[in-house]
Amino acid sequence: MKYLDEYRDGQVAAKIRAEIERTVTRPWTLMEICGGQTHSIVKHGVDRMLPPSVELVHGPGCPVCVTPLEQIDKAHAIARQPNVTFTSFGDMLRVPGSHTDLLRLKSQGADVRIVYAPLDAVRLAQEHPGREVVFFAIGFETTAPANALAVTRAAALGVKNFSMLVSHVLVPPAIAAVLEAPGNRVQGFLGPGHVCTVVGYRDYERLADRYRVPIVITGFEPVDILDGVLRTVRLLESGKVGVENQYSRVVSREGNPAAQRLVASAFEVCDRKWRGIGTIPRSGLRLRPEHEGYDAERRFAVDTLETAEPSVCISGEILRGLKKPHDCPAFGEACTPAHPLGATMVSAEGACAAYFAYGRRRTQEMSR
Amino acid sequence: MCLAIPGKVIELYEDHGLRMARVDFGGTVKKACLEQLPEAGVGDYVLVHVGYALSVVDPAEAERTYRFLEQLGQLDELDVPEEST
Repeated sequence: MKYLDEYRDGQVAAKIRAEIERTVTRPWTLMEICGGQTHSIVKHGVDRMLPPSVELVHGPGCPVCVTPLEQIDKAHAIARQPNVTFTSFGDMLRVPGSHTDLLRLKSQGADVRIVYAPLDAVRLAQEHPGREVVFFAIGFETTAPANALAVTRAAALGVKNFSMLVSHVLVPPAIAAVLEAPGNRVQGFLGPGHVCTVVGYRDYERLADRYRVPIVITGFEPVDILDGVLRTVRLLESGKVGVENQYSRVVSREGNPAAQRLVASAFEVCDRKWRGIGTIPRSGLRLRPEHEGYDAERRFAVDTLETAEPSVCISGEILRGLKKPHDCPAFGEACTPAHPLGATMVSAEGACAAYFAYGRRRTQEMSR
Repeated sequence: MCLAIPGKVIELYEDHGLRMARVDFGGTVKKACLEQLPEAGVGDYVLVHVGYALSVVDPAEAERTYRFLEQLGQLDELDVPEEST
């Protein structure tokens, strides 16, 4: 496919790899922010192509992984109700809450449906006026416009039997949390290409300046990621900070202003809890007061729930780049994609699930 | 989750006031909302995420980045002696 295949070209990848080897003179630790990048890196073995002195650690950019347990439990409490059709992106169905998951609830008779686009949930509500259709609106800045469109569309069309359970998160506060964490090792970042397609990268310039780090806005194909690593290593080797845009074929400094206006018309910034990490100030989005009639948490009164997270799981440390999946005693044993114990094993974009899917078992890694 | 895929706009249409398109992803055609991309037209490649077009792919930038990468280390390769000589 155009704009995909050429960025998987092995010969070009080998050239960039050789250039990285020529450039690097000392050890560097980089973090890729986005779970989609983590998945691509592990799938294509990009990390194994790098010189040993360049280490990639995996960031918190997997929205399915970081959606807090409370919100998952609320989703389950709502989906259980007899008049509810609960709609979600497919990735959320197997995410374990304290007691169950959406797939299990579906097998027990709950009306749980996967939608491809948030607008499909609004259409479902129009087609079934006797049912309450709830959409689980999760995601980063990339997904915010599509989710914002669903609620503004429902409002414009007067669809009253539609509501959203919102658990939106924002990337820059998470980068700040990584950099401020005690024991942080991350010296440079591969920035989230699709997030910046929407919001641009002015906020990233402020981050780079404040924390004195290089950030290279990077795409998702192996050639993009290697190019992002090369550019970050060049900046580090020359002692420079600031933002470079590797993904210029879709990202501009300003992003998509119309999409930003749409998001601002539906959502406002709030404090948000991240699964495995805890509350990060001003790191989330919630519905604006004028749309609170579409807030599923209010409509279904699920505000206070007791939650319980397995204590063995180290996903919080993995999400902050402090540990890797095989540092966990449960990885691949008690915790697998079929029976995930925590955040990073539940989504294909979680670091643990990616390591598991592409055979990064402990024995192989230790003999490396 | 932030997966977004480039596809070619093959048809524009309106759905109750919403600017929509049929987009071809290497043979698979899906609909996408183009409401926030007024500049996108038939034949353009757009980056689509959960049925929503985020951005138009800039063909000149794509070409520029790729050509630059393709030419990486080219001078070094000229230094390698040919095996046949």
